[in-house]
Amino acid sequence: MISPPETIPPIDIGGLHRDLLLEMYYRMLLAREFEEKLYYLFLTRPMPGTMHQATGQEAVAVGVVSALQPGDYITSTHRGHAHCIAKGVPVNEMMAEMFAKRTGSCHGMGGSMHLCDFSRGMLGAFAIVGAGIPIAVGAALSAYVQRSGKVAVAFFGDGAINKGAFHEAANMATLWKLPVIFVCENNQYALSMTVERSSAVTNLASRAVAYGMPGIQVDGNDVTAVYRSALNAVERARSGQGPTLLECITYRIRGHARFESSHYRPAEEVETWKKTDPIQRLRQALIENQLTSEAELASIEDRVEEEMEQAVAFAEQSEDVQPDDYLPYITMEINHATT
Amino acid sequence: MREISYSEAIREAMCEEMRRDPTVFLMGEDVGVFGGVWGVSHDMLAEFGEERVRDTPISEIAIIGAGLGAAMMGMRPIAEIMFGDFLMCAGDQIVNQVAKARFMSGGKAQVPLTIRVTTGAPGSAAAQHSQSPESWFMNIPGLKIVVPATPADAKGLLKTAIRGEDPVIFLEHKMLYGEVGPVPEDENFVVPFGQANIIREGKDVTIVGVSIMVKKALQAADVLAKEGIEAEVIDVRTLVPLDRETLIRSVAKTNHVIIAHEAHKRAGPGAEIAAMLAEDAVEYLDGPIVRVAAKNVPLPYSPVLENYVLPNVNDIVEAAKSFWPGKA
Ligand SMILES: Cc1ncc(C[n+]2csc(CCOP(=O)(O)OP(=O)(O)O)c2C)c(N)n1
Ligand SMILES: [Mg+2]
Repeated sequence: MISPPETIPPIDIGGLHRDLLLEMYYRMLLAREFEEKLYYLFLTRPMPGTMHQATGQEAVAVGVVSALQPGDYITSTHRGHAHCIAKGVPVNEMMAEMFAKRTGSCHGMGGSMHLCDFSRGMLGAFAIVGAGIPIAVGAALSAYVQRSGKVAVAFFGDGAINKGAFHEAANMATLWKLPVIFVCENNQYALSMTVERSSAVTNLASRAVAYGMPGIQVDGNDVTAVYRSALNAVERARSGQGPTLLECITYRIRGHARFESSHYRPAEEVETWKKTDPIQRLRQALIENQLTSEAELASIEDRVEEEMEQAVAFAEQSEDVQPDDYLPYITMEINHATT
Repeated sequence: MREISYSEAIREAMCEEMRRDPTVFLMGEDVGVFGGVWGVSHDMLAEFGEERVRDTPISEIAIIGAGLGAAMMGMRPIAEIMFGDFLMCAGDQIVNQVAKARFMSGGKAQVPLTIRVTTGAPGSAAAQHSQSPESWFMNIPGLKIVVPATPADAKGLLKTAIRGEDPVIFLEHKMLYGEVGPVPEDENFVVPFGQANIIREGKDVTIVGVSIMVKKALQAADVLAKEGIEAEVIDVRTLVPLDRETLIRSVAKTNHVIIAHEAHKRAGPGAEIAAMLAEDAVEYLDGPIVRVAAKNVPLPYSPVLENYVLPNVNDIVEAAKSFWPGKA
């Protein structure tokens, strides 16, 4: 059984602005509710494809992205809804994509596993494990060459760190001192495989040593801790000192994919980790430190609920994708499409 | 005969071969504790233990490379890659190493490696989980490409792959796993490579099916029969080696041919089969060689589009009827 790190330390909100904390609370909740809504939709009506929930991992996405500027870049994975929401991708468009509608983020072509929004620096979710890592390095390379001052974040899992793609990208990025942050979201599992069963060295952050970059481990269920670590890494990257590997320790509360029953792990393990829920922890800290009131939090919660209702309504009212929509999306020479 | 599913037939082939030959073992992502994401290797860990049913990290290069190394040194690995799309992660190992090891070593290397992998679109799995990679590797000499369409063939062809001395890419269609059919219990039942199966006889048109399209071709043949067109349905079973004789003989009889596969039409398996027939059987043909295949676009998420892109029974029926425009 994989237990959460010792006792759950209280969240340290010292020095962080109330507005920032409330925004992080809102974003985490939006990500949570987006997936809960989807879970309900998958149960109650025919929905295309599948989805991978990041329930319990929202602090990683929101903590890291809160340390970025709007123009910065991220690459994501098959478990990418929270990354998108953290980066400000409109939930209406995300929901419409889940419904395979014309108004979706990828116009119904990509679905859950390929969400993207270039206007917001969200360069894509990549369903080939590890594929987004070198792509983030390339985005960082462009930022470096263009002297744009932007940084790139590669989000990936504990499973992905065993792909050659990670190692090649890590070396190249450090060698060239590129402004990139490697965020390893260690949720303890790669499908059915625990970190212990798939990694010879289970301290994943320590792999940074091999490439000469800092490797930092952080409580991934504490959004403020993630935020602070990310801030350091971003500053390092932006000031030309090169990449950081940030390992965020978290836990995948739901099954690997829609309805996957996780028979390979004890139910108590999930229950224990639920106690470290990042949203509840932040909520509690906000109340205890008297930074907000129950009423204010309730109004945020209502707002999230309302946005979800609107997103579903928007998706339902949007038109289905049709074959002709295909034409512009294959190559620039559209006539290739149907031959 | 006893009936089991395509999925159980594959499992049975693996288990029987592992019982009779201690050098056979299975490795891949989530094949052990999880029993395979498609459930194919369920409970094999309990029978064979961790030494022979190996859960690997997500490391496709190492899965295939280690498979090759072990194969050359006396083992008979079954290396599983979860989705055909991920074969490309191990592209170098497959194309430059596995396929050429025997050749480059002047025949010193034996490579009894079976790469089991899924193919085809399971429904809105989108562009990176739906592809049919069979023809990506047909262009590479040194690899055998096997595309079972029935439970019996799945068992018999997999046994031939495991017992053989050459690397095989064994493509299991995701939408066939649940398909049930008669499968011999005889543990020495094998289906040899390079022998296409005439699964239904007919005199008017030959429909050459690849993988799941064999099933759709049979359904099309039923429809066509009602319209007075007798289709002969041939399951290619293996794309490399390809059973030229059976295909040519059938075309010599029917004078019309349709090739149906779920891979993209452009440079798909049908392109090779069509070219072969154009070279060697053109004198028998009374009409164009017609390919029914996925359109040349990436597989979409949208179900509407997926429906539009993938070849279906009606496409085959229409293709056959196009040979006789006058007929109702
Ligand atoms: C190259 C590749 N291999 C295998 C898979 C199948 N697969 C999808 S997600 C996954 C587990 C990924 O684990 P991790 O990187 O820890 O991310 P998590 O699912 O925990 O978010 C696997 C094996 C894949 N999509 N791509
Ligand atoms: Mg993981």
